[in-house]
Amino acid sequence: MSAVLDHSSHAHDSHGDHHDHGAPAGWRRWVFATNHKDIGTLYLLFSFTMFMIGGILALGIRAELFQPGLQMINPELFNQLTTMHGIIMVFGAIMPGFVGFANWMIPLQIGAADMAFARMNNFSFWLMIPAALMVVSSFFVPGGAPATGWTLYAPLTLQMGPSMDTSIFALHLLGASSIMGSINIIVTVLNMRAPGMTLMKMPMFCWTWLITAYLLIAVMPVLAGAITMTLTDRHFGTSFFNPAGGGDPVMYQHIFWFFGHPEVYIMILPAFGIISHIVPAFSRKKLFGYASMVYATSSIAILSFIVWAHHMFTVGMPVTGQLFFMYATMLIAVPTAVKIFNWIATMWRGSMTFETPMLFAVGFIFVFTIGGFSGLILAMAPIDIQIHDTYYVVAHFHYVLVAGSLYAMFAGFYYWCPKWTGVMYNESRGKIHFWWSLISFNITFFPMHFLGLAGMPRRYADYPMQFADFNAIASVGAFAFGLAQVYFFFFVVLPAMMGKGVKASSNPWEDKNSENLVKGAEGLEWEVDSPAPFHTFDTPPKLNAAATKIIA
Amino acid sequence: MRREKVANMLNTLISNKLTNLLQKAGVVVGSFAATAAFALADLPGGPGVNQLNLTTGVTKISQEQSWLHWYMLIICTVVFILVFGVMFYSILKHRKSVGHKPANFHESVTVEVVWTIIPFIIVILMALPATKVVVAMKDTTNADLTVKATGMQWKWGYNYIKGEGEGIGFVSTLDATHREMSENGGPKAGQTVDNYLLKVDNPLVVPVDKKIRVITTANDVIHAFAVPAFGIMQDAIPGFVRDTWFRAEKIGDYYGQCAKLCGKEHSYMPIHVKVVSAEDYTKWVAGEQKKLAAKADDPSKVWTMDDILKRGEKVYAANCAACHQANGKGAGAIKALDGAAVVLDADKAKQIAILLNGQNNGAMPAWKQLSDTDLAAVITYTKNTWSNKTGQLVQPAEVLAARK
Repeated sequence: MSAVLDHSSHAHDSHGDHHDHGAPAGWRRWVFATNHKDIGTLYLLFSFTMFMIGGILALGIRAELFQPGLQMINPELFNQLTTMHGIIMVFGAIMPGFVGFANWMIPLQIGAADMAFARMNNFSFWLMIPAALMVVSSFFVPGGAPATGWTLYAPLTLQMGPSMDTSIFALHLLGASSIMGSINIIVTVLNMRAPGMTLMKMPMFCWTWLITAYLLIAVMPVLAGAITMTLTDRHFGTSFFNPAGGGDPVMYQHIFWFFGHPEVYIMILPAFGIISHIVPAFSRKKLFGYASMVYATSSIAILSFIVWAHHMFTVGMPVTGQLFFMYATMLIAVPTAVKIFNWIATMWRGSMTFETPMLFAVGFIFVFTIGGFSGLILAMAPIDIQIHDTYYVVAHFHYVLVAGSLYAMFAGFYYWCPKWTGVMYNESRGKIHFWWSLISFNITFFPMHFLGLAGMPRRYADYPMQFADFNAIASVGAFAFGLAQVYFFFFVVLPAMMGKGVKASSNPWEDKNSENLVKGAEGLEWEVDSPAPFHTFDTPPKLNAAATKIIA
Repeated sequence: MRREKVANMLNTLISNKLTNLLQKAGVVVGSFAATAAFALADLPGGPGVNQLNLTTGVTKISQEQSWLHWYMLIICTVVFILVFGVMFYSILKHRKSVGHKPANFHESVTVEVVWTIIPFIIVILMALPATKVVVAMKDTTNADLTVKATGMQWKWGYNYIKGEGEGIGFVSTLDATHREMSENGGPKAGQTVDNYLLKVDNPLVVPVDKKIRVITTANDVIHAFAVPAFGIMQDAIPGFVRDTWFRAEKIGDYYGQCAKLCGKEHSYMPIHVKVVSAEDYTKWVAGEQKKLAAKADDPSKVWTMDDILKRGEKVYAANCAACHQANGKGAGAIKALDGAAVVLDADKAKQIAILLNGQNNGAMPAWKQLSDTDLAAVITYTKNTWSNKTGQLVQPAEVLAARK
């Protein structure tokens, strides 16, 4: 059986002589899980499940858009598909995915025994299950799933059926779960680092997650406020956003995007952290400009609070408003560029190899930057007036969220999989997964730039015939991309979880016979066995000066 | 002027060539894509076949936007090539398989400062020309003609508020045959409809070379009034009034689509603006005003059942059938009218009130923008069609009375 799935006996044997109570076996091990590694695994599996469900919805969208005319999905269901695809991917796949990485890696990277609040950790995971069930089952509620787009703009939300209420409740649960997860991460990072690991020696992934956790605590309550007001508008006679009662639908957009823009950085900062580990490891060089990476991440986080209205250039705000949000948005390009430059400088004059994690990391930098540039173009208010709410926007955010966040998670999976499972993934399958994903991703989303520039609005179930060819190409690409992820699960993830493959050493990314001083992956996670034992760092380790190695 | 020329030149040079190439490729893939791209023509004033770049339209603003987009595209491409040139050079040369030994450097404040300042300067260079356009876009003063565009689920209402043609008002809906075509799987193989989903019954007509101010608002949810050829997109927000403007420099037909998700028929509320010469516009206005005078129904007129049913059938088909269906059965959350208690109720006031005020938070919108006669006709129609045989006749005067 798998290394991931079979720790209990091992844990019991090796720790039998002290207060350790061993891990519960069977279903209890997962339902009552308090171990950060088990909870991390749960999060990752949950995230992948939601990713598959969201993906099926996306394929429904692309199937309908394969050619002009309605063939299989009516416009009402089409809007439900786009809405639920967005909600499920954002709140069900990307966010929990990164929390899974955080659970697994943060205690290992900072030399802590576990997360600070182990039981709360369990609760934040299990809260997501009822929420996910409510979200996914909303298709079967009378009136169907919400069909307002994932942004849930008022006053369209007032016309939705009962599934709107269950979705609001589900979002509340997911928000509570995220906030608890964030508190846990902040407390763990700030209080549980091994002696000698100062903040500025801390691995980048911990830094990016620390900042992300603060963003989450700052904005999840804002979302909760917006959707609660929607709920009371729907049922309790208030008129926050209902113009019929004197409410302001634009206020909803301001509140939503005050959450929504930091949210996109919540989904990308941890990705930056993962990439900042992988690029140095496979360049066999230290990360260039560690301090500037920390500062750049923090400035991105701070700037993310003052750019929200660039999502609303067409609501008709005053000139000064448009100018302010345009300038602020363009400013974000600066720290982001610094990060890209730092990664490239890390590669510069390194000694690179291209195992799957590095392929995904380089793929991330390359394709994410395309998304960055299209973001810069969208930030220009006069251009945005033309391509707002068109497929250009769809292309842009899929370039940063799929080729950005998702690719970073793939990179992270291949990088840390040996640590999690104790076996190496199959390298050639990993490479197939990478190239297959990269090519089909671009076939799917690159033509959408053209569609958007030509003026095809997003969330359209049917479109003028002039848009037909690019839509057909995108649909073919989407199915290929979806299939690649099924391949990834059955041919890479499952075998690794079942312990099939070459046994991994404690640091599989190290050149054994290299005479170089700096080599391969660095960090405390590579100081413990592969697979990582059920309990690690029971007593705080003693670290070397750089806080990358255990000396006692 | 110079800017437009550059933009136009670049557009023709690059896009056309690429488009041609793509069209040639389209011939190859065409059979499988089943869209016969090569037979389909660009729609003048609307989308081009496999159009690759922003529409360079017929207003100054749109030409400025095109220029800005090229400007951005060129800067971004140059930066992209430089940065990734370095990365791929490094990937090729600094790899272990060619025996490259890793260097040891890992920080340099000078370098960090330099590559913070350079992008900063670049974004300032980008923001400067954009600022000018933003200011120009927002200047809606001194309009020659003011038109109000009202977004409704799922059509546009146009009212001429100020300027020549003041008082004209009409509703513009997607051609019913196109909606039907869409429902039946789209244009058949080999069939090409250049203006598929863009054809409306009553286009918005405006004069050429005049500053047109468009005031947007909505009756139910947020819509967006967008015409790419004019470089405008303005949300139409219920309860609020916003504005934008354009000055079209060329006579012709221009198309756009609602750009803000507004419910199930979101894809089916196109915008068609007909730009005509000043003389043609004056003629059109005269014609419209004559029609208006003829159409103005006297709300005190007493109708007979036969006449009002005929009128009601038309009103129903144009306004109600999209949701309640031609058979009055409704669908899903949409309530049935056939056999509905309110419709059958002896108290006519109940149904009149619902049509005037809407119900269920606007899921059934208010229809007070329809005339008294239209409302009376459609109510009478629903009360005496399908299995509904109430024999009740609602007169326009009753609706007029209920309005107060």
